[in-house]
Amino acid sequence: MLDAIRTRLDERANQNVGLLAEFSDPGALYDAVKGMREKGYSRLDTFSPFPIHGMDRAMGLGVSKLGFIVFGLALVGLFLGWFLQWWTSAGPQFDWWPGAITNLAPYPINISNKPLFSWEASVPVMFELTILFSALGAVGGMLALNGLPKPYNLLFHSERFGRATDDAFFLHISKADGQFGRDATTDDLFDLGALAVEYVDHDGATDARALPTSEGNGAASALPEVAPATPSRSTGAL
Amino acid sequence: MATTTSKSAYARLGDGSPAYPDGTPKTLEEEPLVRGNLSFHDVTEMVAVHSEKKTPGLWYLAFGAAVSVAGIMGLSLAVLVWNGPGVWGVNNPVGWGWAIVNFVFWVGIGHAGTLISAVLFLFRQKWRTSINRAAEAMTLFAVACALVFPTFHVGRVWLVYYLLPIPNTMAMWPNFKSPLLWDVFAVSIYGTVSLLFWYVGLIPDLGTMRDRAVRAGRMLRARILGFFALGWTGSNRHWRHYERAYLILAGLATPLVLSVHSVVSFDFAVSLIPGWHTTIFPPYFVAGAIFSGFAMVMTLMIVARKVYGLQNLITLDHIEKMNIIILVTGTVVGFAYITEFFIAWYSGVEYEQYAFINRATGPYWWAYWTMMSCNLIFPQLFWKKSFRRNIGIAFFISITTNIGMWFERFVITITSLHRDFLPSSWDYYTATAWDGLLFFGTFGLFFTLFLLFLRFVPMVAIAEVKGVMPQADPHFYHHSGDGHAVHDLAPYQTDATAEDAAPASPGVAPDAGDPEADRLGDGT
Repeated sequence: MLDAIRTRLDERANQNVGLLAEFSDPGALYDAVKGMREKGYSRLDTFSPFPIHGMDRAMGLGVSKLGFIVFGLALVGLFLGWFLQWWTSAGPQFDWWPGAITNLAPYPINISNKPLFSWEASVPVMFELTILFSALGAVGGMLALNGLPKPYNLLFHSERFGRATDDAFFLHISKADGQFGRDATTDDLFDLGALAVEYVDHDGATDARALPTSEGNGAASALPEVAPATPSRSTGAL
Repeated sequence: MATTTSKSAYARLGDGSPAYPDGTPKTLEEEPLVRGNLSFHDVTEMVAVHSEKKTPGLWYLAFGAAVSVAGIMGLSLAVLVWNGPGVWGVNNPVGWGWAIVNFVFWVGIGHAGTLISAVLFLFRQKWRTSINRAAEAMTLFAVACALVFPTFHVGRVWLVYYLLPIPNTMAMWPNFKSPLLWDVFAVSIYGTVSLLFWYVGLIPDLGTMRDRAVRAGRMLRARILGFFALGWTGSNRHWRHYERAYLILAGLATPLVLSVHSVVSFDFAVSLIPGWHTTIFPPYFVAGAIFSGFAMVMTLMIVARKVYGLQNLITLDHIEKMNIIILVTGTVVGFAYITEFFIAWYSGVEYEQYAFINRATGPYWWAYWTMMSCNLIFPQLFWKKSFRRNIGIAFFISITTNIGMWFERFVITITSLHRDFLPSSWDYYTATAWDGLLFFGTFGLFFTLFLLFLRFVPMVAIAEVKGVMPQADPHFYHHSGDGHAVHDLAPYQTDATAEDAAPASPGVAPDAGDPEADRLGDGT
């Protein structure tokens, strides 16, 4: 059990270890994602300064499940809005009400013997609380599904990557992908028109290969750095 | 979108001609949303630089003035709390004076931000992207100003928490059957949801600013921005949930924004005072809120685009579209004034008829006719296209609309109250200096907050503007199979030249954009 959790956490911490390829524009990135998926890669992600139309489909992502979270919280808000008003104005009077929580006791006021509670007059507050809980659910749920806030992200080691929020477009292939092979994947990325490919892990970003032509020395200089990083990575994550 | 904009985006830049050379009629939708042939980086640069550069002297000057005026608000509040609401002009029949007028005025202004963000988002009005950030900020600050009035109008401000359902030793609960309490919920939740919406929209741009700070080596700044950016990377797996959250928030904020001013109108409509007890109030208040909110956005944006050189992002087309909304909502509001008169006559109720005759011809006739001319008559100028696209006229109408909408609330509140059912208690209401200074002071609070926003926060939604540019669409690029883009339109630029970045719109002096463009060219 503990091992399973540890493996899971380790996987999460290392999911961004892999190759980071830069592409020139949204169109090239879109085509590259399609190309990589055709080659059988699945653990990939793209990074762009704005959401790219159609990219979810290209990456094979379904519709976000956020709506279910929001709907659940909307019902909670609606119920609380009703309960708050019903309880405070028409709640039951118990003899055994514990003294410690009298502050929460209801306080029905009889006005001309009118009914103590009416749902019609409660609609505005019920509506407002529904909206409040849904909105909190939308924001909180979005952050939770995205795993944010995430102050440390190993992709920040790449200097190039800083432009992903400005005008650069990146495709990332995780090392955990079944198809992943550092040289082979780098070749695949360059074949699809990558401008540059970097290998990123917890120790920093290194050129996967200086240029698509200088295959030999680029891979040779970068490879030895990978091996010692592996043990420190898993301990660092836990 | 891509097919229509790509036709017009680069080929023609707003030469004002009614048709393209090939004979296709030019419609409003086909105008490019971003002018000056900007690249993605230019857009980042154009917006981000204003919160990164050294604070300009002019900003300090404006900020000092705003803070001083906000100080007047503090002084007026101190006098009020020390002496009690007797320092205001409220008297026996007119128990709701300027405090309520100002509250409704500010809440109304606070509607445009969420309207632009949410309603226009749902209707896929992509032109909203360049103004929504500032409009949302304006909403937050207007709601903050609005909350000052009811908070202090309760008299004993130290007991204001009685408004909230907080368990207390007296086992007392608020009266949930009162519209005034609905108001507490509606306005405070509106403020909260607007803040969430604004912040969610800000997250990607804060990421942009953080990464720029890292590259510039300003690590303290990067740390602060990094804290608020929550580790945003622009991952598509994140964008997927993010876009869904934004859509849901827009869907939630739309009924919310309509409900808030409806609930505010219930404060009046649920009472029995002639002139207030009408079913037209909720829609009529909402239309008025949109009207006044857009006017305030217009006032601020006309100044900001000039001062910050954002003519390529906030183009004349944006101003024209806002003017159309001002024309429509102004006419709706004017129609509601006339409908009220008709219904008063048609109802046959003597008190109702008197209330309206008294509005137009009684002791407050001047307020009524100020309202009528500012809200119904002046916006009719916008039927003419050249007036809609004239910055001077747009600015003038935005100011008169703000004035007119304040007077609308004044007319509704004061004229109905000063002649109540018992003629012996009729009285004339005059505001005192402290009423006036407090209202004036809230403008100080508003502009203090707005100037802080302009200084520290990206004032245009960078990521959203990029998303509506033609080159953001992956199908904009025609690939020859090797992954390298080949397009038949203007090339994707990395540097804006002075000619390209200059505002191409008629009516804006070309020299206004040139220094900005030169600086941009150097900065890239």
